[in-house]
Amino acid sequence: MKVLVAVKRVIDYNVKIRVKPDHSDVDLTNVKMAMNPFCEIAVEEAVRLKEKGVASEVVAVTVGPKAAQEQLRTALALGADRAIHVETDERVDSLGAAKALAKLVESEAPGLVILGKQAIDSDNNQTGQMLAALANLPQGTFASEVVVEGGQVKVTREIDGGLQTVSLSLPAVITSDLRLNEPRYAKLPDIMKAKKKPLEVKTPDELGVSLASKVRLLKVEPPAERQGGVKVASVDELIDKLKNEAKVIA
Amino acid sequence: MSILVLADLVENQLAGTTAHVVAAAQQIGGDVDVLVVGEGVQAAAEAAARLDGVKRVRVADNGVYAHQLAEPLGALLAELAGEYSHVLAAASTTGKNVLPRLAALKDVNQLSDIISVESADTFKRPIYAGNAIATVQSEDALKVITVRPSAFDAVVESGSAPIEAIDVVVDNAQSRFVDEVLATSDRPELGGARVIISGGRGMGNGDNFKLLDGIADKLNAAIGASRAAVDAGFVPNDMQVGQTGKIVAPDLYIAVGISGAIQHLAGMKDSKVIVAINKDEEAPIFQVADFGLVGDLFEVLPELESKL
Ligand SMILES: Cc1cc2nc3c(=O)[nH]c(=O)nc-3n(C[C@H](O)[C@H](O)[C@H](O)COP(=O)(O)OP(=O)(O)OC[C@H]3O[C@@H](n4cnc5c(N)ncnc54)[C@H](O)[C@@H]3O)c2cc1C
Ligand SMILES: Nc1ncnc2c1ncn2[C@@H]1O[C@H](COP(=O)(O)O)[C@@H](O)[C@H]1O
Repeated sequence: MKVLVAVKRVIDYNVKIRVKPDHSDVDLTNVKMAMNPFCEIAVEEAVRLKEKGVASEVVAVTVGPKAAQEQLRTALALGADRAIHVETDERVDSLGAAKALAKLVESEAPGLVILGKQAIDSDNNQTGQMLAALANLPQGTFASEVVVEGGQVKVTREIDGGLQTVSLSLPAVITSDLRLNEPRYAKLPDIMKAKKKPLEVKTPDELGVSLASKVRLLKVEPPAERQGGVKVASVDELIDKLKNEAKVIA
Repeated sequence: MSILVLADLVENQLAGTTAHVVAAAQQIGGDVDVLVVGEGVQAAAEAAARLDGVKRVRVADNGVYAHQLAEPLGALLAELAGEYSHVLAAASTTGKNVLPRLAALKDVNQLSDIISVESADTFKRPIYAGNAIATVQSEDALKVITVRPSAFDAVVESGSAPIEAIDVVVDNAQSRFVDEVLATSDRPELGGARVIISGGRGMGNGDNFKLLDGIADKLNAAIGASRAAVDAGFVPNDMQVGQTGKIVAPDLYIAVGISGAIQHLAGMKDSKVIVAINKDEEAPIFQVADFGLVGDLFEVLPELESKL
């Protein structure tokens, strides 16, 4: 069984972003970029499926600018066998990414597609579900456990009230939650080897998809700043402030 | 304009979030229908009919919709969406699971987690863990939107909308419900609580979370946690507050042994009053706290409980 895993290049999760002074967007110049943390988890899961003998091949895919090949190389260093880059300089939204991925699902015919549950730049949480709909596949979102058995995959999902387990027919789409696994770090020899692994570049035109978006970004503003408050010296003072100043407890 | 709101359910009862989503729908303007989907959801439909501003409740009650699996629910929504200009759902795990499916089936974008309605096609939503607020305009004919419940005040329950059954039945051979392990608690839910007390890695272990119980009892508070506390197995995942957990905005949020990483702040920094209890006076949580108490939680918590 082949596993396709989608990775997105985003701002490093440790970086605190700045909004551009003209409020047109956030400022990403000279900002450290990385693989979306949920995609790291997705790659790790795919690689573990291969190590267990469930998967035969892991193909990493991204849709984005030339620079996103760095994240594909990271996926290759972590254990993916080959990579596909759908190259575009357009802003790619979740629907556009899902459309491109759906074309690759058609041509690659994977048994499983694993994505992150959410990209930490847009915080959209859409692409996996959209891909599943476009490719007419079942979905197991926010997965904290994935077990492939027979022609089925059992997915434990983190839902608001607790955990839900569903069983899906294969092929299926899975999106990773934080507790699906703990991703490994790439070792130096693997990073060297990754440079030689195959990386194929395609354009949206070649795939026959349009990434044009009907959503216009009108403005990006910093959030309302919270006024830092005061330090209190004791529990008594805290209770007094909450009762008499903030009036949030009786 | 006509708006369809997908009702959020918790164990087949109407979830409190739905009244907040109806409020967002009212701000968009136009007729608001609520769709209740599941198996054995008549009580939820009746509760939805009482929400103010709802014109009509539509109910699809059928075994194929049990547990609101995404595949049949998405197909049903796609059948109905042609009658509407907007389809809204709470940014709950159900809404997030199914609405993007609807959007893709209709070849439109989805706007996730909106926090304000600027006009019928323009909305604000947080991006980058809430470190920026984007104003976005959708030119799609159908607007598919998830709503952050805490950003809209719930409508009251003074209505009595008619309830109509929908007999559209789709089939689903792709997915099957296996089981569910739901947290049971006598405390208010995180989403609806007026007071929340959350513990982080500083709590040390799951047993120590009991130190929060007595305080939660006295304040009628819900108990939350940071990701580190969940990952370490102190408490279950449904307690996680943050960018990728629950987004809350109570009147009072007490963070205990939580450092204040941006991903945690993303989930609670819209709380009215924030209290931080941390032994490290440099902890970033103090930058957003209205009242900070530097101290060892193992001394502070028992004292707080006894003096409340
Ligand atoms: C993609 C992604 C998504 C994430 N999503 C979330 C999310 O949704 N929610 C979330 O919370 N995190 C999330 N995180 C994790 C986040 O980055 C932090 O790692 C996490 O919030 C840290 O939890 P913590 O504050 O409990 O632990 P720590 O950062 O380890 O802080 C523990 C604190 O406890 C204090 N302490 C220790 N002992 C005591 C004591 N005896 N008395 C008083 N204070 C004490 C310490 O001074 C310290 O400040 C996410 C991370 C990533 C990469
Ligand atoms: N441009 C992209 N290229 C590849 N994968 C993507 C892209 N955008 C989103 N994804 C995948 O979809 C997941 C969720 O993203 P989103 O739904 O946009 O928040 C990410 O973690 C990736 O796995």
